[in-house]
Amino acid sequence: MIEKKKKAVEDFFAILPHSMSLGMGIDFIRNGEVGMSMPYDNKLIGDPQTKVIHGGAVFALLDTCCGAAAMSHPEQVGPTATIDLRVDYMRPATPRQRIKAIATCYNLTKNVAFVRAIALDDNEEKPVAMAAGAFVTGG
Amino acid sequence: MVKLSPEPVALIKKRRNEALSKLIDSIPYISFLGVDFDRRGDEITAILPFKDDLIGNPSLPALHGGSIAAFLEISAIIELSWMQIWRQIENPSLIVEPSKALGILSLPKTIDFSVDYLRSGLPRDAYARAKVNRVGRRYASVHVEAWQDNRNRLFAQGTGHFLMPQQN
Repeated sequence: MIEKKKKAVEDFFAILPHSMSLGMGIDFIRNGEVGMSMPYDNKLIGDPQTKVIHGGAVFALLDTCCGAAAMSHPEQVGPTATIDLRVDYMRPATPRQRIKAIATCYNLTKNVAFVRAIALDDNEEKPVAMAAGAFVTGG
Repeated sequence: MVKLSPEPVALIKKRRNEALSKLIDSIPYISFLGVDFDRRGDEITAILPFKDDLIGNPSLPALHGGSIAAFLEISAIIELSWMQIWRQIENPSLIVEPSKALGILSLPKTIDFSVDYLRSGLPRDAYARAKVNRVGRRYASVHVEAWQDNRNRLFAQGTGHFLMPQQN
């Protein structure tokens, strides 16, 4: 991957205020594929009975990771915006574990990037959530 | 026969507001985002007061897709729970103290949630209202609409399915 492009994606995603407030960090950037993760925090709890973090926090991580994957695609120039994103919550994320997301931009046309992503906790055999979405492309 | 005088309005409002606040205050992520609710009878509107932490792209600036999605999902879950609580606290044959009603309340769990980003979220307050299109014993289907300045110019909408808590 071209270093300049990798740097541009890193710089763009390092300063998003909402991502920063959730503690998101980039794990890796490749051509059209990005890994990101986010620590568990009590302030993210969505269900006080089970201490499981809110689906919205997982959604935010997946959305950010998908956007970064679209932007890191070799043919994509400049930033992207989400058109739509669907998340399936397959099981509750285990409390006190870091959430990792891996997103792949599997197709890029002149106007749209198609992206899929997966969210995992320490049990990598069973995903926590999966996402599929479309993003705006072009300069 | 002795005619019972109607319940004083202040008492009714107090009971309803307390039940709603208790539900909202119990979820940390709602206060993390700063979401508030406006209640008129049984109808509730979610409010997302603007703050810098909600921004995604700072150069536009625009609200982060993740904060918008979370706001919509919160609106849907609260609407579903509020419907359950309302039935409990407003049923005269089943007078339940708001505290007790919440003691036995489990939250619905999201099965899936889909967000349509219609226009970019401006750096100002946002509002959302959820409509429960179907609620059964196992699952519910909910649609949420969100807007900023004009009610009929939506900036996002969402649809989700939720697993309903099983009552014993």
